[in-house]
Amino acid sequence: METTTLSRSPLAATARPLAAVRRVAGRWGLIAALAALPVYYGISDLTNGYQAGLVAGHAVIHHDLSKLGFNFAEGLSNGAIWALIAIGYTLVYGIIELINFAHGDVFMIGSFSAVGLWAVLGLGLTTSTLGLAGGLLVTLIIAMIVTGSLNVLIERVAYRPLRSAPKLAALITAVGFSFILQNVGLLWRGGSPQSVPDLIHAQQTVFTIGGVPILRGYILAFAVMIPLVFLLTWFISRTRAGRAMRATAQDPEAARLMGIDVNKTISLTFLLGGMLAGAAGLVYALYETNVWYFQGFKAGLIAFTAAVMGGIGNVRGAVLGGLIIGVIQSLADSRMGPQWTEAVVFGYLIAIMVLRPRGLLGEETREAG
Amino acid sequence: MSKLGARLRSWQAAAQRRLPRRRSRALAGALIVIGIVLPFLFSPSSGFINATIIAVAYAVMSLGLNVVVGFAGLLDLGYVAFYALGAYALGWLGSGFFFKAKIHALVSPVASTLPGVHLNFILILIGAALICAAAGTVIGLPTLRLRGDYIAIVTLAFGEIIGTLAVNGQSIHVGGGMTLTAGNLGISAVDAPYFPGIGSFNLLNLRPWYWLIFAILLVVLFVNLRLRDSRLGRAWIALREDEVAAVSMGIPLVKTKLFAYAIGAAFGGMSGAFFGAYYTTVNAGQFQFGFSIFILAMVIIGGIGSIWGAVVGGLALGYINNYLIPDVLNDLPSHLGFNFQLTQVEFGIFGFLLVIMMVLRPQGLIPERRRQLELTAEIAPVDAQLAEAPGTPGGAA
Repeated sequence: METTTLSRSPLAATARPLAAVRRVAGRWGLIAALAALPVYYGISDLTNGYQAGLVAGHAVIHHDLSKLGFNFAEGLSNGAIWALIAIGYTLVYGIIELINFAHGDVFMIGSFSAVGLWAVLGLGLTTSTLGLAGGLLVTLIIAMIVTGSLNVLIERVAYRPLRSAPKLAALITAVGFSFILQNVGLLWRGGSPQSVPDLIHAQQTVFTIGGVPILRGYILAFAVMIPLVFLLTWFISRTRAGRAMRATAQDPEAARLMGIDVNKTISLTFLLGGMLAGAAGLVYALYETNVWYFQGFKAGLIAFTAAVMGGIGNVRGAVLGGLIIGVIQSLADSRMGPQWTEAVVFGYLIAIMVLRPRGLLGEETREAG
Repeated sequence: MSKLGARLRSWQAAAQRRLPRRRSRALAGALIVIGIVLPFLFSPSSGFINATIIAVAYAVMSLGLNVVVGFAGLLDLGYVAFYALGAYALGWLGSGFFFKAKIHALVSPVASTLPGVHLNFILILIGAALICAAAGTVIGLPTLRLRGDYIAIVTLAFGEIIGTLAVNGQSIHVGGGMTLTAGNLGISAVDAPYFPGIGSFNLLNLRPWYWLIFAILLVVLFVNLRLRDSRLGRAWIALREDEVAAVSMGIPLVKTKLFAYAIGAAFGGMSGAFFGAYYTTVNAGQFQFGFSIFILAMVIIGGIGSIWGAVVGGLALGYINNYLIPDVLNDLPSHLGFNFQLTQVEFGIFGFLLVIMMVLRPQGLIPERRRQLELTAEIAPVDAQLAEAPGTPGGAA
């Protein structure tokens, strides 16, 4: 931690007149930036109104917050998927300080294997509810096992040999593996998005809160995310292996001296991260009802942004960041048009880096002084 | 095994000692002469010349990225942004795209009658370098407080934002009914390079194109070599090796880092402008994240920080991408009974090369001497312990 203060001092010297501004900006800037979009669009909806539909050729203008509510509902449920992926980034970064660039593509493989399993199990639109529930549960477990072991394999082949090399090396192999997995996906299911059967009728409304329809897809996303996150936090905080993970994250060398098998602990971390990505893959396929070899790349970047926003290395932060990014994304999708979403999300990523590199809940790390 | 490795290394060191400076200069001269006469060995519009032109242009980009990643140790995953900006500099300054404007400078008689901005190719090159240097500085600013992986992510985000702007630029109006970019339609009908006395270049005779990009390569190479040995170059390497120590020795952190971004970006922009002219279109679809990785792969396979490595890496991947995979090996999978073409998985191949290279030969094909010293086994145990201790910046990352 000494370096943090040391490396900051020369900069502080050059920017001393701005130090106070920077301190305020660091504390409130990110929160203000995050609140800006919903507040702006909320006020705009209330004062200018929005077009809620067409009746007999005339635009129906509403002046309420239900469109914003709809954005939030959609965004939060999308965010639940990003949160599951973001946890994988945050766990791995917490323990070996590596951005596991291939993680998004592991998620993609999770989607693909889930969809492949449906075909194997014969799940279709005509399957009975009970069969569907059982089949999806089996799919979930197998997809999680596939992606978990894939992630462990990647660590073993590509990262472990480079543990003592400069960190750049491992990051580059991570990028390399990301491309390999993308091409595996490309050969597996072709180059364009493929639609998959809408097994759970994801767009069907279950109930309505204050004019905001809650769809089945939303409930599914939370029904998978919340228990998994609770299980994970329980595992990390209560079990022996979880304690080993925390110890290794704090100081690998000391952990090794205390008799912790560091390699095994790191493998376990990759296993957990990969499994969550597999679960996210299944939810994504059910929710979006299409899969694409490139979905992992975009999802990976969004989830990484989420992990950084929450504070990398912090599981709770990853969940919070995922949900926030989901809302930002959904706001950008519906208000500015989906072609701008990526730029908005990345704009936020840069804003975080400038204003508060440690994220909302994170502590100062060596990288982001 | 390690004994053999040690013997190999001692032979290599001996070979390096015995190859005096004068000999390496003669070698460089011979390579330049070979480079100049090379196109006479092939027909003026052969596929091989085409691949060579692209490979040399890649080598220029690779040299540019090597300044940022290799010299200064700042991992840049958004280098495609400068390819895009360089190409758009050509699209903006050398075509009828801004049709309301009427600016002409030293262009061919045909182009000087057309509406739009038409500048001489050399002026466009300078313009592209300046635009990219400015953009590089802007991209560098938010990364000043960050290190390692975080820099990589910020640059990646900038690259993606520039890519999104390029695609959506069609809906950004700059006045007079003109838009910022032409999106996926592409700015086409860009001017071919024209030089008084030589005339306009055309795609039936590729030799002038080759000499043009070869000349650019030589200039960039020369600048690179001089920069490496300059005060600035030594400052970059010092920052790369140990930021805290370098700053406490009085190296201006902000200026040095921003210069790395700006200079690296300028080279990428020059190559990008050349690509714009050579492909005769500036299309937003060209500027994908994969391209950043492709250029990074060149730097890494050549040897991070090594100038000759960057050239060799650029040429090698250029030939693999534009000659070996599409022309020679493309049908290999179908001969082996697989139902795909090799061009579909080219990025997978580059990814595989990256992984293999990092695991087996992290120093690259032509390693930089300093980095090779770091990676050799004799001092590695001590260094590895140092690198693992908390508080030291994680190696060169």
